[in-house]
Amino acid sequence: MSSVTGKKPFNWLPWMPWIYTVALFALWEFGVRLSGLPHTILPAPSRIWEAIIQYWPAIQRHSIQTLYTTTVGFLLAVIGGLALGLLVGWSRFIYAGLYPIMVGFNAIPKVALVPVLVIWFGIGTVPAILTAFLIAFFPIVVNVATGLATIEPETEDVLRALGAKKMDIMLKVGIPRSMPYFFGSLKIAITLAFVGSVISETVAANSGLGFMMSSAQSQFNVPLVFAGLVMLAVEGIAMYALMAWIEKRTTGWAHRSTMMAV
Amino acid sequence: MDKVGNNEAMSEHLVTIENVDMRYGGVDGTLAVSGLDMKVRRGEFAAVVGPSGCGKSTLMKLVTGLHIPQAGVVSVAGSRVTKPVSIVGMAFQNPTMLPWRTTLDNILLPLEIVEKHRRRLRAHKKEYIEKAEALLATVGLAGFGSKYPWQLSGGMQQRANLCRALIHEPELLMLDEPFGALDAFTREELWQVIRDLHASQDVTIVLVTHDLREAVFLADTVHVMSARPGRILDVHDIPFPRPRELGIMYVPEFNDLVQRLREEIADARAVA
Repeated sequence: MSSVTGKKPFNWLPWMPWIYTVALFALWEFGVRLSGLPHTILPAPSRIWEAIIQYWPAIQRHSIQTLYTTTVGFLLAVIGGLALGLLVGWSRFIYAGLYPIMVGFNAIPKVALVPVLVIWFGIGTVPAILTAFLIAFFPIVVNVATGLATIEPETEDVLRALGAKKMDIMLKVGIPRSMPYFFGSLKIAITLAFVGSVISETVAANSGLGFMMSSAQSQFNVPLVFAGLVMLAVEGIAMYALMAWIEKRTTGWAHRSTMMAV
Repeated sequence: MDKVGNNEAMSEHLVTIENVDMRYGGVDGTLAVSGLDMKVRRGEFAAVVGPSGCGKSTLMKLVTGLHIPQAGVVSVAGSRVTKPVSIVGMAFQNPTMLPWRTTLDNILLPLEIVEKHRRRLRAHKKEYIEKAEALLATVGLAGFGSKYPWQLSGGMQQRANLCRALIHEPELLMLDEPFGALDAFTREELWQVIRDLHASQDVTIVLVTHDLREAVFLADTVHVMSARPGRILDVHDIPFPRPRELGIMYVPEFNDLVQRLREEIADARAVA
């Protein structure tokens, strides 16, 4: 720590997520052990870890199923959300007409739609994908439409004075401009997609982490329930990190302060 | 525009505004300008000054065809303005550079829009880039084309903005308080840039400003507008010979003229 040698102090910043995570689990472990809570109420991390190892083949299969339904639902939401967002942002009339409908639709709890989806498509993968899609696509629509709706009037004037058509303004300004909003919304959408697929799997499926946790719960296998939660958290963090990375790669210009330093 | 067939008067005046009324927001809306008359000769540098809210920006939008007046006639280059006129370049106080494009690509943007150029752009890209780089050099930004706008200072962005307004060789350049957001030193530098651009290029300039010294230093004629609804109260010819140096702003005649304009605008505000 002496500054005499001119050695750079150790950079703790990249390690902070790991340190905090380890500290959280340590606190949990000690808390459970000291209080003597039975593992049927709150299992200690060591007990959850045991469950993960013990049930690994099943956990792996269900995790992959959940990742699959979530990803497919999310991709559908990206396509649908981008398309609808561009449409809504295109004209004030479409915006005024569709916005209240979308708000109303978004207010419906998606868990209430699962029974309808089951009636239409049966129990299993399809309702999970569709629930993930329905819950994830709203933030994408709103963000893309916002990006289009907030074009500076001066920019529009400069281009219109040159004879630009609506399509020119969209292609040259609107769409590039809404991209940071779009990629920013992906981080929200992917987390919501997990919520959607797990809700559907819990209510009506015979595979996936939601199904696994609800069956474990009915057998009072609490460590396995927590193992499912840990797997969801891991998948959620991984997908979030992927979206954050894509965001940074594609819209670097919008993160100017970090690029200025380079 | 085609000059053949135009009579003397038409080719002499690039911009004519005759008895124009412009009202926003329907029949009961605010009247922005009323009985507006203005003429700008080809090659002239005209400045428009007036109290704030007098409809200076409306004037800009009328001449560029972004607004069509309810009454009266606006003509540019001998033809009546009924839709946006692409022989005009515009620059605003806010440089509005697109942050995802390099400075050079920002300057080339008008060429991707204007009908005449967009077809040629792909095949003649090199020629256009050379032109953009030459323009950058004239405003003192040589070598900055590859930089992104947010890597430039406010003054540099405004210079690039001027290049963008000029790239498609407009006959008329409309400037809406382009130096308003800059510090005093940068502003004086850009006054010289604009002065030299006007001298070297075959362009007519209309500058809307609230800075009277700027108007008198740069312009051939200064048009004083009344408070809303705006109309032209008076036109002053600025007698100082060109090229003008910054030092001219400290001679008594210059300051007398600025003082007179200031009083006129104070009167115009008092009436309102």
